[in-house]
Amino acid sequence: MGIPGTWRLRNQRLALIGEVCHTCGKKIFPPRDVCPDCAREAQHAFRFSGRGEIYSFTTVFNPPAGFEEYAPYTVALVKLEEGPIVTAQLTDVEPDQVAIGQPVEMVTRKLQDESRAGVISYGYKFRPRMSAT
Amino acid sequence: MRGVSIIGVGQTPVGEHWDRSLRHLAYEAVSAAMQDAGVEGAHAMYVGNMLSGEISNQSHLGALIADFCGLRGIEAVKIEAACGSGAAAVRMGYLAVASGVHDLIICVGVEKMTDDVGGKLTAALAQAADAEYELAHGITFVGLNALLMRRYMHEYGVRHEDFAGFSINAHANAVGNPYAMFRRPITLEDFKHADMICDPINLLDSSPMADGAAAVVLCPTEQAHAFKGKPVHIVGSALATDCLSIHDRRDPLWLQAAEDSARRAYAQAGVTPQDIDLFELHDAFTIMSALSLEACGFAERGKGWRLAAEGEIRPGGRIPICTMGGLKARGHPVGATGVYQIVEAVLQLRGEAGACQIPDARLAMAQNIGGSGATIITHILEAEE
Ligand SMILES: [Zn+2]
Repeated sequence: MGIPGTWRLRNQRLALIGEVCHTCGKKIFPPRDVCPDCAREAQHAFRFSGRGEIYSFTTVFNPPAGFEEYAPYTVALVKLEEGPIVTAQLTDVEPDQVAIGQPVEMVTRKLQDESRAGVISYGYKFRPRMSAT
Repeated sequence: MRGVSIIGVGQTPVGEHWDRSLRHLAYEAVSAAMQDAGVEGAHAMYVGNMLSGEISNQSHLGALIADFCGLRGIEAVKIEAACGSGAAAVRMGYLAVASGVHDLIICVGVEKMTDDVGGKLTAALAQAADAEYELAHGITFVGLNALLMRRYMHEYGVRHEDFAGFSINAHANAVGNPYAMFRRPITLEDFKHADMICDPINLLDSSPMADGAAAVVLCPTEQAHAFKGKPVHIVGSALATDCLSIHDRRDPLWLQAAEDSARRAYAQAGVTPQDIDLFELHDAFTIMSALSLEACGFAERGKGWRLAAEGEIRPGGRIPICTMGGLKARGHPVGATGVYQIVEAVLQLRGEAGACQIPDARLAMAQNIGGSGATIITHILEAEE
């Protein structure tokens, strides 16, 4: 993604900062500036708790270029408790220990080592929930 | 607005064409379509393609292909909507003729996928999804479909083998299509024991990547009888969009753009799903067939798989699909696929589908999907009276 893109997305990748619509109250992630429910402007920052549950998951054995060294890895759709679904990798769990409905929480991990391009990118992954809610 | 008709079609076999480049494949399809229509020129060309920049280091296909086909000077431009590029190009041709701007249009879909393999091709295909919020997490195109399929199986209590009918039907139909990539039948046992590629999707849930090109020639319906062949009329044409990412959909298991584009196409044609004699749908993965049938009104939510399990999608069933092999067995040269679907529908409506012929086919629907559902184009074609 390169240095500018990695820098631009730091609040989303590292702190799960999305938006809240002040017209209808919808919580939005990823941020999209226009509320998908009421089509009003929604540029107020909102920090998500990072807690959610597995909506679906799969394990990638044939990765795209740039992810070869990490395969196999499990990618999930995580439904955050505030409403939105995010696409993210699971970590600290074996693929056969994952189930739909499982509670998970956000952690920060290395997403990709593109050090030849000058960037090691970090961001959110999710693991089975350990903390008390 | 003018009525639009298809007066010529052409296609290359789908497969691994090591000996032919992108431009040669396009030319083969275009020249076949022009011969079929009996025309020697065109006013404009729309080229549907997804991957030329990534795989062949070649952008700017409009000028390249038009010139290579001997049409230097005409209006020509590439149309890109991921795997929906082919039908999107036909949609642009439709608009150009319907609006009265042009009288003779060539729409060609072309894809050259075998110039690269492995991770680079996987990464290029994945560009149909959101680079910042999906691809950055290492998801692949098949992976996105696997996320949908697992959720579908969970929510509706469906087993993996319940999807087998989609692939068995596609392979059985491809046997009679000389342009298809896999002209051999498969069995339920084959389906159950195929190699897993991205759980729960196995090799026989998935359409194969391939090279290929297909083309159609369009003109106003009022002029269609001046040409040599039997015209087929485009009575419904619609393109709808949805959010790029599955995670942003209101309901990940509902193809809203399929519903929207089909609804508009039905309304334009003045028909209902019950009137459709055959449906060339976008079976890139078995899960997409189920979702398309549901969104287009052929099955209730969560029950699209039953049409396959009960044999209703086979020739002679309630709604025959993938009558010449579909993406699964004809092959899926991504940006060309939407044009192949329309070429096949035309052959059916002209009564020229050979061993694949659906008897007395009058109305055919073709639906091409970009990405996991963000761009969906639906066309309804009618046979000449
Ligand atoms: Zn709102």
